[in-house]
This record gives sequence, structure tokens and C-alpha cells, in this order.
Amino acid sequence: MLTLYRSWQRLFRSFWGLPQAGQLQKPNWQRFANPDRFVKLARKLTPWFMVSAIALGLAGIIMGLMIAPPDYQQGDAMRIIYVHVPAAWMSMFVYGVMAVSSAVAFVWKHPLADVAAKASAPIGAVFTALALITGMLWGKPMWGAWWVWDARLTSVLILFFLYLGYIVLWSAIEEPTRAARAARILALVGAINIPIIKFSVDWWNTLHQGATVFRMDGPAMPASMLTPLLIMALSYNLLYAGLLMIRMRAEVAERRLRSIRLGLESPAS
Amino acid sequence: MNDTSGFFDMGGYAAYIWPAYGITIVAITVLCVISWRWMRRVERIVAAGGEPSSDT
Repeated sequence: MLTLYRSWQRLFRSFWGLPQAGQLQKPNWQRFANPDRFVKLARKLTPWFMVSAIALGLAGIIMGLMIAPPDYQQGDAMRIIYVHVPAAWMSMFVYGVMAVSSAVAFVWKHPLADVAAKASAPIGAVFTALALITGMLWGKPMWGAWWVWDARLTSVLILFFLYLGYIVLWSAIEEPTRAARAARILALVGAINIPIIKFSVDWWNTLHQGATVFRMDGPAMPASMLTPLLIMALSYNLLYAGLLMIRMRAEVAERRLRSIRLGLESPAS
Repeated sequence: MNDTSGFFDMGGYAAYIWPAYGITIVAITVLCVISWRWMRRVERIVAAGGEPSSDT
């Protein structure tokens, strides 16, 4: 666990161009933002992220389906929570990462910031789609309808289209610097939707239930249900981290390939 | 026997719970496989000096 934390810290510091632990020096963007260093670190970290994500995911599914008790009102149907809520949390978290990376790309022109945002979008889109689909599979037996146009469901559907729009924008604009600029603007403007999703259940009268875990008075859920939920959430986070490493490596390689083909970079380097 | 059929029956919600878990696992697996293959393919082309190699 400590090793994992240390490697995460190293990755975080090298990613944002901060000095490594024990190094007394100012942030050196040029040196620490080097994609080669990132690729080296990502190659080492990916198996750790993926193996722990799978292990926790299996544990969470077994606990959620077999050990956790059924809900006193919803019966076994509430077991969908263990795949629905982590997907919904991640749909917002990944967008947050995309928006922050876009801001970093704008302000500091960090070479990996656009890469991180672009690599995140398809992952976020899949998490959002899963939140919507598992939500429909939960809504049908509980509300009697697959879909209702309430504020929570509608704002998450908008989030899904924001992801799709972001992905399309990158591929629709030929020139990379212009595509990056347009994508950053979309990611930042769309970030307004995140607090709307979070507070939609408080601001409007939604059929969707209110917050159960992140409440002012603490989680309104027994530990037997909260534990598998949090394990699943951790698994999804690690999965995102692992997928992000893989997709960022692919994106770094794509960029290198582009510059090789344009004759800007020699293949040997 | 009754016990396992009770588990798979999921208190009558089997038609909703199993698809929810199934779609989640399938979608995540597909995303992982697509991302991994994409990364391997591009890294190989870069390693081969920009030319797509025949074995990929």
C-alpha cells in the first residue's frame, strides 16, 4: 500500500513537473514534463493499478452480491448500487480531471496536460454510459420507468454528450493546436454541468434519490453496504488510473509518430 | 440447490441485476482491450521508425 502511494506520488510529481520527494529544487517544467519520463513511469505503474483494480473489483462484487444485506425497501434491486454509484462518481471525477488538465494546458502549456485530458474522455464516456444504463436497469423495477426526464438523469445525459462532443472535436479539427484549443474550451465550459449534476437532487424535485454517502450528517447507510460500495469506488479509481496510463502512452506515441512523419523528429530518438 | 437458485434469482430482480453487472464488466473489459491494443500498435510503429510493421 505504501509502495503504491509512493509510486503514485512520484507519478503525480513528475506529471505536474514538481520536484520529487527529497529533491530541494524549484519545479522544472522542461525536465519533469518530459514525455519519456512519463512513459517509463507509466509502464511500471500500469500493472499495479490494473491488478489492484481487478482484485478490489472482484472483492466488491462478491461482497455486494453475496454478503451485503438486501435493502429493507428495495430488496435485492438495490445491489445495482455497487456498479451504478461508482460509475456515476467516476463520470464526474473524470470530467473534473479533464477540466483541470485543460486549464493547466491553457495556463502553463504543460505538454502532458492535453494528452491527459484527451486520453480521459473515452474513459469518462464509458463510465457515464454505464451510470446511465445501470441507472435505467435500477429505475425500471423501482420507478416503473426506464427513463424519466428529471434533473439528475437529464444533467448526466448532458454530461455524456459533452464527452462525445469533446471526442468528436478532437477528430473533427485537422490542425492539432487548433483542435487542442477548441477541446480545452469545451471541457472548461462544460465543467459548469458538474455542480449541476451533484446538486440537482437538492435543487429540483427529482425522482432520483438524494445523496446517501456524501452528506453533511455522514453516510446514511450501514457499514455492510457502505464497505462494498467504497471498495468498488476504489476499484473504479484504480481502473481509471490504469486506463489513463495506457491511453496517455498511446497518445504520446501518436504525437511522436506524427512528428516523425512530418520529419520533425528522427525515428531513432 | 434451492440456495443457489435463490442467489441467481436475486429476490425476483435477476432480470435487472445481472444485466447491470454484465454490461459493466463487458464494457470495461472492451475499453481495456481496445486501449491496450491501440497503445501497443502505435508504440510498435514508433519503434519501427514510423513505418507500420507487417506483424501488427
